[in-house]
Amino acid sequence: MTALLELEDVTARYGPIEALHGVSLEVGEGQVVAVLGANGAGKTTTLRAISGTVRREGIVRFAGRTLSRTGPDAAARSGIAHVPEGRGTFAELNVAENLRLGAYTRRGSIRDDLARVHQYFPWLEERRNQQAGTLSGGEQQMLALARAFMQRPKLLLLDEPSLGLAPLLVTEVFRIVKELNEAEGLTVLVVEQNAHIALQAAQAAYVLEVGRVALSGPSAELAQHESVRRSYLGY
Amino acid sequence: MSALAHRIGLRRRRSDRGVSLPVLAALAAACVFIVIGCLSSNIFAEQTVAGLAQGAVYASLALALVLIYRATEVINFAQGEMAMASVYIAYQLLQWGFSYWEAFFVTLAVALVLGIVIQVVLIRPVQHKSVIAVVIVTVGLFILIDGLVNWKWGGDIKFMQAPFGNKLYHVGAVTIARQDIGTLVITIGSVLILWILFQYTKLGLAMRAAALRPAAAALVGVRVDWMLAIGWGLAAVLGAVAGLMAEPSQFVLQPTLMQPILLYAFAAAVLGGLESPAGAVVGGLTIGVFLNLVGQYVHFITSELRLPFAFAVLLGVLVVKPTGLLGRGKVRKV
Repeated sequence: MTALLELEDVTARYGPIEALHGVSLEVGEGQVVAVLGANGAGKTTTLRAISGTVRREGIVRFAGRTLSRTGPDAAARSGIAHVPEGRGTFAELNVAENLRLGAYTRRGSIRDDLARVHQYFPWLEERRNQQAGTLSGGEQQMLALARAFMQRPKLLLLDEPSLGLAPLLVTEVFRIVKELNEAEGLTVLVVEQNAHIALQAAQAAYVLEVGRVALSGPSAELAQHESVRRSYLGY
Repeated sequence: MSALAHRIGLRRRRSDRGVSLPVLAALAAACVFIVIGCLSSNIFAEQTVAGLAQGAVYASLALALVLIYRATEVINFAQGEMAMASVYIAYQLLQWGFSYWEAFFVTLAVALVLGIVIQVVLIRPVQHKSVIAVVIVTVGLFILIDGLVNWKWGGDIKFMQAPFGNKLYHVGAVTIARQDIGTLVITIGSVLILWILFQYTKLGLAMRAAALRPAAAALVGVRVDWMLAIGWGLAAVLGAVAGLMAEPSQFVLQPTLMQPILLYAFAAAVLGGLESPAGAVVGGLTIGVFLNLVGQYVHFITSELRLPFAFAVLLGVLVVKPTGLLGRGKVRKV
């Protein structure tokens, strides 16, 4: 399996505070990979370093070439869709406009993509004129996924999709992520506090502790790992 | 699809359009009052049309202020002076032998470029520092433009060709100046074109996204800085339209041309709710008509009291409804 995304000794800082102290990881083409860790471990910063939302040092290789540090818009154009913490939906715009913005980097008609998105999220079609900010948290998470999907990304960066959602909805979000991965071959790097569900969805995972990779391996192995079980799975 | 997704789909919520019912009712009542007034009195009708024309000028400058406020979160104090400089550019083009409408459109193109350049060169370097820094830059820009225009063209009065001539139309017993009709058509036309651009084009959508949520817009691939620059360019174009349409009603061109108009536009923008483009237009037209009617029928309000009176109204709005007619409170993230 070839690596779609490779991080080599990536550091990132907010002002004087370094949040990542050299993270290396690899996401294979067509994989779902999870990043686990406690609050403040650097999970979100890892995604931000990849999409260029935070200044980074070190090497990020994506689809065979090294990404320069030119900011999130350039990352989006090169095929990375980043659904940030808090979902990054445009609350003031309606559902259809959010979806159109998802396809911003692409030229030509987006009708086929809309049809495909509506297959996964049928309710989005009937509510295309509803303001995104009036959707519930779960609906906004789905909209954020749908919007990212409109971008036809090679890689989806998903930050805490379970945050603030009811357990049933969390299952639903991960079911759709899995479906997108299996049916569309979408590669996903997902940051998640809910280690249990993340390890179920992902083939491999990295555990971050204070800005470094503490553990990594196939999900099945990690799920059995003593310290992961104790710290993140709670048994 | 799963039953759960379907259940989500069935839970509808009314979308919030932000216009409150009392405001709508008040606006409707005002419209009815004005229509009745126009039908029953010729002078009332004439003052209303003239007020609409003036109000349309305030509206387009107010809209320019709102565009920049939404994108940059400051009032651009130089907006009026930018517009005034555009009128001088048109004046220069006319001197060089361009026809009026050639000069008009060339001026708009120049204003677009200058607006973009101002954002890139002067605003962008300070934009992320602090709001007050940007405000100070716009005040500096006011002084800079004023100085440059005085240096290049002098402060004395200039005369410009009138775009619509002095023709008067007679509708029944009501006399309407071609000038007022022309002003209304051009300003409202530009506002409509801009609205279509923002509402129905990809560029417009990206500009709205960049102004509303810059971080999220960048994540979908929008070049946010570039969108903000184009926003300044479009605001400059609207300002130029306002300036060019204001000039004939002042009869002469001098560097102070836009200073009172900027104040009316400011009042219009606040009245409409500083964040609301539609509010700026409604606010501008309302102030134009209202001031004209008050000037006609309330005798102690002479032309000297026009501006203070506009600001008395403004203060009233801020006390009673700080979000303006069509503005809404800041949308809170859930």
